[in-house]
Amino acid sequence: MERLEVLKTYKIYIGGKFPRTESGRYYTPENKKGEQLGNICLASRKDVRNAVVAARKAFGGWAERSAFNRSQILYRIAEMLEGRKAQFIDELIFQGVSHKEANSEVEMSIDRLIYYAGWCDKINQVMGSVNPVSSSHFNFSVTEPTGVVGVVPDGSSSLIGLISLVAPVIASGNTCVVLSSEAMPLCSITFAEALATSDVPGGVVNILTGMRNEMLQPLATHMDVNAMAYAGNKTEEIKMLDESSALNLKRINKYQENWMNRDMQDLYFITDFCEVKTTWHPIENIGGATSNY
Amino acid sequence: MAKEKNISWDYSPAPENTSHVKVKERYELYIDGKFVKPESAKYFDTVSPSTGKKLASIAYGNEKDVDKAVKAARNAYVNIWSKMSGAERGKYIYRIARLMQERARELSVIESMDSGKAIRESRDVDVPLACNHFFYYAGWADKLEYAFPNRKVESLGVAGQIIPWNFPILMAAWKIAPALATGNTIVIKPAETTPLTAMKLAEIIHDSGLPAGVVNVVTGYGDTGAAIVNHNDVDKIAFTGSTGVGKIIQKAIAGTKKKATLELGGKSANIILEDAPLDQAVEGIINGIFFNQGHVCCAGSRLLVQESVADKVIRKLKRRMETLVVGDPLDKNTDVGAINSKEQLDIIKKYVSIGLEEGATMHQISCNIPKNGYFFAPTIFTDVAQSSTIVKEEIFGPVLTVQTFRTVDEAIQKANNSEYGLAAGVWTDKGSRIFNLTTKLNAGVIWANTYNKFDPASPFGGYKESGFGREGGLHGLNAYVKLR
Repeated sequence: MERLEVLKTYKIYIGGKFPRTESGRYYTPENKKGEQLGNICLASRKDVRNAVVAARKAFGGWAERSAFNRSQILYRIAEMLEGRKAQFIDELIFQGVSHKEANSEVEMSIDRLIYYAGWCDKINQVMGSVNPVSSSHFNFSVTEPTGVVGVVPDGSSSLIGLISLVAPVIASGNTCVVLSSEAMPLCSITFAEALATSDVPGGVVNILTGMRNEMLQPLATHMDVNAMAYAGNKTEEIKMLDESSALNLKRINKYQENWMNRDMQDLYFITDFCEVKTTWHPIENIGGATSNY
Repeated sequence: MAKEKNISWDYSPAPENTSHVKVKERYELYIDGKFVKPESAKYFDTVSPSTGKKLASIAYGNEKDVDKAVKAARNAYVNIWSKMSGAERGKYIYRIARLMQERARELSVIESMDSGKAIRESRDVDVPLACNHFFYYAGWADKLEYAFPNRKVESLGVAGQIIPWNFPILMAAWKIAPALATGNTIVIKPAETTPLTAMKLAEIIHDSGLPAGVVNVVTGYGDTGAAIVNHNDVDKIAFTGSTGVGKIIQKAIAGTKKKATLELGGKSANIILEDAPLDQAVEGIINGIFFNQGHVCCAGSRLLVQESVADKVIRKLKRRMETLVVGDPLDKNTDVGAINSKEQLDIIKKYVSIGLEEGATMHQISCNIPKNGYFFAPTIFTDVAQSSTIVKEEIFGPVLTVQTFRTVDEAIQKANNSEYGLAAGVWTDKGSRIFNLTTKLNAGVIWANTYNKFDPASPFGGYKESGFGREGGLHGLNAYVKLR
């Protein structure tokens, strides 16, 4: 007798746990062939707020990790993805991506994580500076993470669009709340499972499935979200995002990139979500005892 | 002893000479390399806040004037400035720096007359820093590729710039110098209460031979600024001012391609730990809050003192405050000059009465405050809580709140518990403690064992609702470029 397949329950990912949406609602996206992808959580405004709380709670600890440690953890995420490669490819194909494209999307995603893993402990060596001020002070600038970031990938990809934004956002020590692709949500939840087993502290990445038009506004207007990463070109969404920045001076970064392009990764995607902090300290200037011998 | 009581320790007046200063009766707009009358034919007065007397008539620019200025800036951008080599651009900026240095004394005196700030500050801080800012950024003009590794650097186009009244010429320099160095052209609006040094700067820019239209100065009120913000052909908005107006600007440019940098308000904590060199710390507290009458976005307006030394610090602080000289901004002895305007004086008075209503204890210095003009005695409030209005909101005047804390963690929490995140001060003798605090404080500028220091090479700007983008230093270039 043929073995009955065990189906997976797709859940959302908040604070390192996999709850169902507090609203108890679901939706059933279909692929191009009309096959149902599954009963996917239809996350609510309340889930968005819970996710922001989880992200804020995780922020201090993640930002204070050593950059080297964050680097290792990002690398570990890539390792976990590599191990689940077949699962991601299957999900992408099920969601309507060709076999060849699915394969290259997963490989690109893994390689991109490794690329950003390597940046963690180099950001400040490239973007920091010692500033030669005229007064007798030691003065230096470093980059620091902005805080909690709302991540809104382009809905047209299931995995690479999400990884291309999440990796640079968390590399510097930000935490984030991610809105999954509405039509192709499967990879984002499998990605959450990879995160949960890769030493990423709970709350650093939170992933919600559901309707973008329900979740985007509560996320963008949340007063405890410091920045937004938005990929897409919907005029109305962009206007709403810009306007929401006026509430609490959110940093809004908008992208229209083709993430399958191997070059669509660099340090500036990281620094888009960084603040520059400059520190001054006096230098004791006694005079006389200089080293001019 | 009895005799000594009759000795007066007051300083004799030492007013700065104003005979060498040229202030015209009337200033026009500076558009396309010419000083032109405003379309509205309207003028407004700029007054000296220390006397209440009119200094000059200033052109009131409207939408049409702004449109003319933006067209001139676009024309200069397309035909001249964007085609010029970085090296040549740099030479113009160097020239402006030199001309400013040559006229530094005049600029300082006019700055103090128009803004009310003490001549000691305009002479030793504002004007030299403004000159240096041009000098610093001039050198970047032909080296931009070094600032952005792995990228090609392009200018944005026309920058609309709106600056505040607290550091009039310095803010003009912070805005104009990096924008020119990166190859942009400019329409700038000075604050309505302090337009004089900006117009003097326009004269200097004119004298420098900078091509017509590269820098345009349009004076006026908030509606003039709004016309710049809303103009379709402006690529970039750079604003320094209140968080309230910053948010209005953000909303106004929503959905447009305009890039923005905003330097907004602050409520910065100045943290004194028990092992700090207390006498130096007291100097730092004084400089932190009473510098420029407290009209400083990064003013150390929230004093946090460790409980074990709180009484001692407050005692020393009160004694030191008594020695502050409040009065004529043009007097070289003056420490605290005039409040910039009647409006601002009213805001300060409003906050002080809220502080009293909410039960805080007020202490003001006992010196004589001049009868004419707008002055306010240096003030501290004790018995305040984190939730007090005067602890939460920016007063922008010589008013300090004093809170205490027991542990370093408590100090960090109190300091960070604010919508703002512009600056912070830390006073301690222990290096590791400094780095613990400076790492954890959410602020763009941290002064350790010092306060209110500025330099063209040092990036300045805030976290959270204090705005975004940096001005100064290598990082300040970012505000005026796009990367390819």
